[in-house]
Amino acid sequence: MFQEIIHTVKSPYRDDMHIVGFRFGKGEKAACIVGPTRGNEIQQLYICSQLIKELTRLEKIGAIVNNNEILVIPTLNQSSINIEKRFWAMDKSDINRLFPGDDSGETTERIAGGVFKAVEGYNFGIQFASFHTPGEFIPHVRMMETGHESTSLANLFGLPYVLTKKPHPFDTGTLNYCWQVNGTNAFSVYTPATSSIDETSARQAVSSVLRFLTRMGIIKYNCHSGYIASIVEEETLMPIKTDVSGIYRPLRKPGEEVKFGDVLAEVVDPIEGEVISQIIAPSDGIIFFAHSKPLVIQNCIVYKLIRRLHE
Amino acid sequence: MVKTVVSVGLPVLETMHIKKNRLEPENKNGNERRICIVTGIHGDELEGQYICYQLIRRIQESKEFLTGIVDVYPCVNPLGMESITRRIPTFDLDMNRSFPGDMDGDMSEYVAAKLVEDFEGADFCVDLHASNIFLREIPQVRLDKQHEESLLEYAKLLNTDFIWVHSSPTVEPASLYHSLNQKKVPTLSIEMGVGMRITKEFGDQILEGIFCLMHKLGIWSGPVITPKTSVISSDQDKVTLIHAEASGVFLPCVEHLMDIKAGDVVGNIVDSLNGTIVQHIIAPCDGVVFTLREYPVVYDGSLIARILGGV
Repeated sequence: MFQEIIHTVKSPYRDDMHIVGFRFGKGEKAACIVGPTRGNEIQQLYICSQLIKELTRLEKIGAIVNNNEILVIPTLNQSSINIEKRFWAMDKSDINRLFPGDDSGETTERIAGGVFKAVEGYNFGIQFASFHTPGEFIPHVRMMETGHESTSLANLFGLPYVLTKKPHPFDTGTLNYCWQVNGTNAFSVYTPATSSIDETSARQAVSSVLRFLTRMGIIKYNCHSGYIASIVEEETLMPIKTDVSGIYRPLRKPGEEVKFGDVLAEVVDPIEGEVISQIIAPSDGIIFFAHSKPLVIQNCIVYKLIRRLHE
Repeated sequence: MVKTVVSVGLPVLETMHIKKNRLEPENKNGNERRICIVTGIHGDELEGQYICYQLIRRIQESKEFLTGIVDVYPCVNPLGMESITRRIPTFDLDMNRSFPGDMDGDMSEYVAAKLVEDFEGADFCVDLHASNIFLREIPQVRLDKQHEESLLEYAKLLNTDFIWVHSSPTVEPASLYHSLNQKKVPTLSIEMGVGMRITKEFGDQILEGIFCLMHKLGIWSGPVITPKTSVISSDQDKVTLIHAEASGVFLPCVEHLMDIKAGDVVGNIVDSLNGTIVQHIIAPCDGVVFTLREYPVVYDGSLIARILGGV
């Protein structure tokens, strides 16, 4: 394993921010794995750290197949992680909206540009990312529909779900999108947690990447076969909203099967303590996304349901 | 008459209301044209507050000249404005990336959709922005190439020094500008001043421009000025950007709106720990400093100035 500096941001008062890459194996640019671009993606950082630990072990025992190079960049934004800010702390810009970057642009455009130079050209690109709406997901592989995406490849991660998404205008600056349109097979791996660590799903994410690398012939690793994924298009997910604001009491979790009419959550009056609304399942299905904050605002999407799917 | 455009209940004993003030002639004939004046999409941009105040005050003082409908929306992100937050608090989303919104979406998308519903059918819309807290800008109209032909004649009425035909975030897809123009409501965006401050002379300048525009649209029959002749620039034409190439504290040697020559000193980036200059910034061309760094702490890549007229 070789460690190298991919990009440096000089800082007036703090330590310079070095974005560090870890290279395993030698030869063709086989796979690139990128960790958090945002300062609250602690679960994603943890997953990367566990992956680096495992790849280091695998390299020592000769389990990286000849003529394959794997690059892991565990974080692009430790400056924000260290002060618990989600976005770039100076100007609140989101590095994962600025790819492919600009070497002569603003600071975060330069970060994106410097990193993109290092990560382009790989056969496979894997990013650990988080969603802009806070909440918990079923572990899944997410891909933009660019015309280059391959759900059959995404299936090889062995996670229970693969979700495809039509890109919004602001999605064109994500690493996933830019990787795809530049010829890399790109996948974003989502686990339930973001700013806290969920050990079980972190292990599942690490295994899914190692499983994928094994199936692509990049490493030798003996692992469980995982799932044959259900493919879900984002627009088919059924949003379930609250009709009132208040204190939120969730009763069901992502991955659970629910029946039409089940009570999924309650909203409690924040002053008098009475239940003022119940969130009722409008259909049978599996919960894909669940709101996880203790407060809820009227019209907020608290669940997204995969309709008529059973465990 | 003050009307509520959209209300959303917040979790604890509060409802968020977005309001507008509708000014209309005392004797309507039913064929009046309508203009919408919108500001406060970003909660840290206050320049539009002065313009809304003066616009309403002057119309009410001379109501006999009002021949159309003026809808003034002084604050479409009230939670952001009262918490000095650029984005929408709790969601941490840029409201100017939420349009045209979604009636079935969460709070930010729902609010955007309700606003767009209210703007639809208007004959014109002006979206007033300040700069952010980092840069001071001269009053300028921003539009994109797609709408240059149809909007330029109206942009010239707004009494700005500069019209920038440029694909900036202010006019990109998902912005209010872009969404309303797609819906056939001609819309222009104005940038001026600096975040968190009010620059009265800029506000007065734009106010006269809005009266000129209303006069042209048949909404105002009172006396108006002859608007300034604006410099018009398309993309990089006539605009030179200067970025910091070092990190430190920027000390300007020029003033905003100042004429400079190639070779003049724009400023220094200094190291306040060692008492040294880390970058001596020289103007690369002649021109007017139409954008100047306001917030002193800079990183590599931070925008220092834009010069108009050079290249």
